[in-house]
Amino acid sequence: MWHTLSIGELGRSLNSGEISSVELVRHFLARIERLNPALNALITLDGERAVSHAAAADARRAAGETGPLLGIPLIHKDIFCTDGVRTSCGSRMLDNFIAPYDATVVTRLKDAGAVMLGKANMDEFAMGSSNETSYYGPVKNPWDTSKVPGGSSGGSAAATAARLAPFATGTDTGGSIRQPAALTGVTGIKPTYGRVSRYGMVAFASSLDQAGVFAHSAADAAVVLGAMAGFDPKDSTSIDAPVPDYSATLGAPLTGLKIGLLQEFFEGLEARNAALIHDALKVYRSLGAETVEVSLPHLPLSVPTYYVVAPAECSSNLSRFDGVRYGYRCENPKDLLDLYTRSRGEGFGAEVKRRIMTGTYVLSAGYFDAYYLQAQKVRRLITDEFRAAFARVDLLIGPTTPTPAFDIGAKIDDPVTMYLNDIYTIGANLAGLPGLSVPCGFVDELPMGLQLIGPHFSEAKLLNAAHRFQEATAWHRRSPRGYD
Amino acid sequence: MSLTRQDVEKIALLARLSITEDEMPVYVTSLSSIVDFVTELSRAELGGVLPMAHPMQDLHQRLRPDVVAESDHHEKYQANAPAIQAALYVVPRVIE
Repeated sequence: MWHTLSIGELGRSLNSGEISSVELVRHFLARIERLNPALNALITLDGERAVSHAAAADARRAAGETGPLLGIPLIHKDIFCTDGVRTSCGSRMLDNFIAPYDATVVTRLKDAGAVMLGKANMDEFAMGSSNETSYYGPVKNPWDTSKVPGGSSGGSAAATAARLAPFATGTDTGGSIRQPAALTGVTGIKPTYGRVSRYGMVAFASSLDQAGVFAHSAADAAVVLGAMAGFDPKDSTSIDAPVPDYSATLGAPLTGLKIGLLQEFFEGLEARNAALIHDALKVYRSLGAETVEVSLPHLPLSVPTYYVVAPAECSSNLSRFDGVRYGYRCENPKDLLDLYTRSRGEGFGAEVKRRIMTGTYVLSAGYFDAYYLQAQKVRRLITDEFRAAFARVDLLIGPTTPTPAFDIGAKIDDPVTMYLNDIYTIGANLAGLPGLSVPCGFVDELPMGLQLIGPHFSEAKLLNAAHRFQEATAWHRRSPRGYD
Repeated sequence: MSLTRQDVEKIALLARLSITEDEMPVYVTSLSSIVDFVTELSRAELGGVLPMAHPMQDLHQRLRPDVVAESDHHEKYQANAPAIQAALYVVPRVIE
């Protein structure tokens, strides 16, 4: 029952004294203990500290403080450094790593009074689309535990869908918030590149990574994003621009809103999946929006572009894991080269090694121009096409994923097939655009997501468009059986 | 196969990754399929398009004043190190 309430409703119950934060935290901790073993969504539980932080939030409230997140529990993706708590990034490499400081996202949510229950499982170093590459084993989708929850923020998504917390953090480099949000039937937003600080967030591909939110509704996501976003001098790519009050603009009319239907997103899309998107467009038209068809001819090249750029950046970023300063070290290294190669060879899993090697190859002498430089040029073409589209329309719309959740084990041995799961989400990362996924219906009793993409810094508009959709539909209110 | 075993061995050395005998054929196959897949990019007509390294084209890297902003945390940071001695990281001997 408490787990079915929105952040706003929980805040009112906390303010009225109907429940304390300590009681709320205990309620969710009990749910996690009962339900997580079947899902493997959390890999670290921090119950004792959570209860003491909840008591501190109750004291702040008793002293007259209010605030929409004061005393509200959350789960952090295990990619965010949490001072004194293991931060594994889903890897054997960091299995023993106790973060010595908090990520800015963690600090900001702590300052707002939100209480961390624990840390969510994820694809190793955020590399994966199914949450099967984690050192700690796959996460199961609460809608059907034989299916993947998507990735890489699969633990955060599954935990939110199973109502193990009112909200969870995630990161999105090529779709890692939107894709799992779609496959688990929750709302997920990836903000504009630079909107949320990346300080203390373990780096994968620095020109693409961005932090965001999983929640039960756009209204809840608006509250959380408002607390997370903003300038941070500790992140050199953080953008120094004011953060609007995302909640204040929720409910604004959509009359005259121009929505572009991305043609490239429908090529080869199964009819049942496409029908859900067309149903969503009808909802938008009934709300006064205008829909037009838009084509981005180079968008189909976004997946190969990404699978050059992201591995290249990953091969540089992950060179910091050397078995010397922190993380896994092999037994009895015979010399320094042996120390490096075996610590990395044994500490990283198969997909991470594959991406590091792909990146090393495309950056190596003789191949740099043909692959890396070529991909950077195509990246500009795709970005320019998005910019031209946003001169004509306010938002772009399409499916978040080509299919609903697939079977665990179905694609893990074929990396290129797995990479194609991100076909609809990667474009926004390449262009640094904000994107959001909301539940828009079911196929074979599994949730599907509607994706909205906007120009830079259009989070308020995206959240409002999602909110108006959720006022008109009830897909986001459904819970998987056994988790309601 | 667009990559040979020798290619993968060279890449693995450059990347400082040990690859076991069992893993090697899997990487030769999967890296070849990835390289084939991204070779699709060569089809794009690019003319005078400039490479793009960063998604926010209008923004530039900030400079900050060159002042000390952090205190000394070496003990806390080195608590995660596999081996330290006198606040130094210990590695196998590199000078004979």
